[in-house]
Amino acid sequence: MKVPLKWLKEYVDINVTPQEYADALTLSGSKVEGIEKQGEEILNVVVGKIISQQKHPDADKLQVTGVNVGTGIIQIVTGAQNISVGNYVPVALDGSLLPGGKKIKKGKLRGIESEGMMCAIDELGYTRYDFPDADENGIYVLSPDMLAGKYCEDGASGGELDSKVLGMDIRDVLGINDSVVEFEITPNRPDCLSMLGIARETSATLGTKFTKPEIRVLETDEEASACAGVEIKDAGMCPRYCARIIKNVRIAPSPSWMKERLRAAGIRPINNIVDITNYVMLEMGQPMHAFDLDKLAGSKIIVRGAEPGEVIETLDGSERKLEPGMLVIADEQRPVAVAGVMGGSNSEISCDTTSILFESASFNGTCVRIGSKKLGMRTEASSRFEKGLDVNNVVDALDRAAQLITMLGAGQVAKGRIDCYPGEVPPRIIDLDCAAINKLLGTDIPREEMIAILKRLDIHVDESAGKITVPSFRMDIEETADIAEEVARFYGYNNIVPTLLEGKKPTRGVKTFKQRVEDKIRCIMTGEGLSEAYTYSFASPGVFDRINLPADSELRRAAVISNPLGADYSIMRTTTIPSMLEVLSTNYNRRIEEAWLFELSYTYHTNRSRISQVEGINEKGLPYENETLTVGMYGGADFFRLKGILEQLFGELKISNYEFVRESGNPIFHPGRTAAVVINGEAAGTIGEVHPDVLENYGIDTKAYIAVIEVEKLVSAAGEKIQYRPLPKFPAVSRDLSMLVADDVTVKQIEEIIRQRAGKILESVTLFDVYKGKQVPEGMKSVAYAITFRADDRTLTDEEVGKAMKKVLDGLKNNLEAELRQ
Amino acid sequence: MLYGILRAWAINLKKGEGKMKEQLDSIKNQAEKELSTASSLQELESIRLKYLGKKGELTSVLRGMGALSAEERPIIGQIANHVRSFIEERLEETESTLDRKEKELKLGQEVIDITMPGTSRGFGKRHPLTQVIDEIKEVFLGMGYQIAEGPEIELDYFNFEAMNIPKNHPSRDVQDTFYINDNVVLRTHTSPVQARVMKTQQPPIRIICPGRVYRSDEVDATHSPVFHQIEALVVDKGVTMGDLVGTLKVFAKVLFGEGTNIRLRPHHFPFTEPSAEVDVSCWGCGGSGCRICKGEGWVEILGAGMVNPKVLRECGIDPSVYSGFAFGLGVERVAMARFNIDDMRLFTENDVRFLKQF
Repeated sequence: MKVPLKWLKEYVDINVTPQEYADALTLSGSKVEGIEKQGEEILNVVVGKIISQQKHPDADKLQVTGVNVGTGIIQIVTGAQNISVGNYVPVALDGSLLPGGKKIKKGKLRGIESEGMMCAIDELGYTRYDFPDADENGIYVLSPDMLAGKYCEDGASGGELDSKVLGMDIRDVLGINDSVVEFEITPNRPDCLSMLGIARETSATLGTKFTKPEIRVLETDEEASACAGVEIKDAGMCPRYCARIIKNVRIAPSPSWMKERLRAAGIRPINNIVDITNYVMLEMGQPMHAFDLDKLAGSKIIVRGAEPGEVIETLDGSERKLEPGMLVIADEQRPVAVAGVMGGSNSEISCDTTSILFESASFNGTCVRIGSKKLGMRTEASSRFEKGLDVNNVVDALDRAAQLITMLGAGQVAKGRIDCYPGEVPPRIIDLDCAAINKLLGTDIPREEMIAILKRLDIHVDESAGKITVPSFRMDIEETADIAEEVARFYGYNNIVPTLLEGKKPTRGVKTFKQRVEDKIRCIMTGEGLSEAYTYSFASPGVFDRINLPADSELRRAAVISNPLGADYSIMRTTTIPSMLEVLSTNYNRRIEEAWLFELSYTYHTNRSRISQVEGINEKGLPYENETLTVGMYGGADFFRLKGILEQLFGELKISNYEFVRESGNPIFHPGRTAAVVINGEAAGTIGEVHPDVLENYGIDTKAYIAVIEVEKLVSAAGEKIQYRPLPKFPAVSRDLSMLVADDVTVKQIEEIIRQRAGKILESVTLFDVYKGKQVPEGMKSVAYAITFRADDRTLTDEEVGKAMKKVLDGLKNNLEAELRQ
Repeated sequence: MLYGILRAWAINLKKGEGKMKEQLDSIKNQAEKELSTASSLQELESIRLKYLGKKGELTSVLRGMGALSAEERPIIGQIANHVRSFIEERLEETESTLDRKEKELKLGQEVIDITMPGTSRGFGKRHPLTQVIDEIKEVFLGMGYQIAEGPEIELDYFNFEAMNIPKNHPSRDVQDTFYINDNVVLRTHTSPVQARVMKTQQPPIRIICPGRVYRSDEVDATHSPVFHQIEALVVDKGVTMGDLVGTLKVFAKVLFGEGTNIRLRPHHFPFTEPSAEVDVSCWGCGGSGCRICKGEGWVEILGAGMVNPKVLRECGIDPSVYSGFAFGLGVERVAMARFNIDDMRLFTENDVRFLKQF
């Protein structure tokens, strides 16, 4: 909401600077977004009159003019073609400033001195949108009528006008010299989308007097009700519709004062009738509409729901299909406006209009909102209506418009209002519970002070009954908490004494087990040298192809966003792998040698629903959200480095029952370098080298490794209790074992046999070498272990250890055809 | 002392004794001389062998003692022992001196260039957003708050309706929402977690709800469709707006430094009444105006208020018995302020050169 201060001062005194004003209003709840000083960038531009005009001796396209600028006559060389002697024009004098920091100095043009510049509208920082009377391709020739209307009592011209206007600052002449304060108005305060609403807040904040305009309507004898009729079909959708009839309409431009105010508030002046409706909307907050009465079939206004198949061409020239549920204004035959949104072309005011029906109505906010949304049209009017407007303001606004009609000589007002008011609501009365207010705020504000604050806001207080009557323009006030806010705003939020829940029962601030596991995961991952990534939860449906997922993969069943920011962000991810690949790719493409990363985030699955957790609420419609640990690495990494990190993680989480099971069918990963991670017998994730095809899709030209683990599985397997094991009292005996086995024998197979055979005295089995190449026959590999034996209760004898080793060796020979090496 | 004995003994000297005494004397002098010039442990060892070894000089002198009389033997034996222990002592002394010298020499040869870089695989880093979230969690855990969580894809009911934002209400425009369908949205704030907690737990309630939230904003330096919030909720008997202000003050000081002030401005949120926007005094200039605060001296960082009685009622809590406060902030915003980051996109780009800085 743009509020020109000069206009505002008509209703309320402002005895502080614009900045102080903005600060004060911000702290009482009307947030100021900025202050625009109109004409700030214009300096030393005055009104001049062209008194002579000659061709430039050396340039066909230039003219040499003499211009009276009040203080004397100066010579200006110009290329403009639209000027002639007697024109009043804006003149930028020597040393003047124009918008954009442009400086004007005197100089020579083709040898002839020019002491200034005549200005076009765009050189003053405006457009023909703001000043429709400005010439499109030339100097802004000011209308003598406008000047006379503004500066001479009876519109006199000639010498008298010259003596008044020549040399005047152009900003004053064009009315571009106000400070305009822009407010952010929250949706609960549609009353503040008006000059009067802001004036009321201003008065309550500054403690100065608030004066509403005095509304008096001069009417003819002709009865309005004889000229037209109004009928409301559904009081719920339209509680009140008021109309006035204007006859003998004279369409003309509005006077300067009105145009200047509209312009300052950001509205384009058009003609007196349209300007009046806009002016009243800005001043009173009530959107209005003017119909050409002669175009209304049966001279009738019918407020009703749209019928199936109905169409209307709105004022912006587009054809709109209407749907049931939308509210329309119709005459006896057809819709003539979309209620509260926009009028129709079929009943539009034109220069031939002689009779007008002014509409000032109260429409149901939700109804207007649905209509405007469905039609994709948000207008100044609809954005006000949808917030719920004051049903009583309808009458004042209508009368104000009628008053302006007379004031501007734009027509004659017929007698009386047509007021159709089926939806009358009684005023809201609430207890003024001062104790409850102080209890909520933690304050000790005296009752008198509260009452004084409320009165400043035009809220009626019945002091003896201890009740307040909520004014109809403040429908946001419903209960004590709302009154408390009003009191607190003007008492000063910052005068409330800070306290810290003194005397309240203490509560325990502890993390849940899951939260502690998450902390531990982050701790271990960072300890292993991985940095934490954060990626978007959105994905593009294209990612499934990029990671080679088959067409029937379950992972392709994603939750789809119905109004996404674009295809790339249109589904909720079912896997974090593409996000991690994207991150690796970004780093790789920036020529970063090594990227080791992890992320803790969610994937979203529609094939599994969320378990309802709140009584009485069905949460089955929500996808299952699966927290995932994703690890991604390239550079200085290999499968076993990544595997080691996971083993470290499991170790620290006290998870012992896990294994890595070879997996070859996963299309994302290298068929020979992938494993399923199994915890407590359940699949918990995958680890592997990324498939070269997938890497290629992501433009990564090096090996990369990824692991994904379900956090839930970690949480349910993690143990918390740590139980100390006594340190060994007897010495260990260690034996090295080196063997040749077939290539496809896994170390897991070997270790299983060692563990089975070595018996209770086995303490550990440590792989220390795997070798292929020289001295090892083709198809074989050499594998070497350090095997440690120990007993808790005695020193082992050579004989015992020898026996165990023999069993181990026999087992390896018999089961794996291992050949012992010396 | 040895000299004293020798002198006393010399007085009683007889002929045979005299010769042996001379021998011992010269051994002693000789050994002492050699020891004083010994320059290595090896040399020392050969000196030891020369005098004290099985075939050493002192040993051979002692062997000749058999020729002495019974009276002379103890006297000479005593002298010989003295000479022996003299040599041994000197050997030991010299050895330790040489030992130290040799060590010093060795250490001298082991000088390294300590300006060479240290080696470490190095830690990875928690994401800057995690660091901010963790820090905030810490503050509130200490004040008895629990950490509550809820789904990111949420029922419209919890995200909006329970928060006093009915369907088709203009307040919905403020939060541009991603919809899955009419009843399911990507949560636009973490407030639905508050509703879930209030509906399942009786007061006293003290929670913070950190999490990922979504709004339909195009990506640029200061906007992201995915970001993080932390909200706090306290519901108990007699909770006041003063308690809210006090809590915010503590919080702001922990987050932005002891000297930080806060300022509340009345505002409107459907879920709180009264509502406020909260500014903190600028950490860049302390309030005098700078680039960070755009000359204002204050930076808006939080939204806050007393829980709207309509919300309490909807969640099954009687507002005539209980009251509460809630506030929320954007984590990205705090992190940007904290680390002087000017582009939000850095958080999700995950360039390791960025991540490693925290």
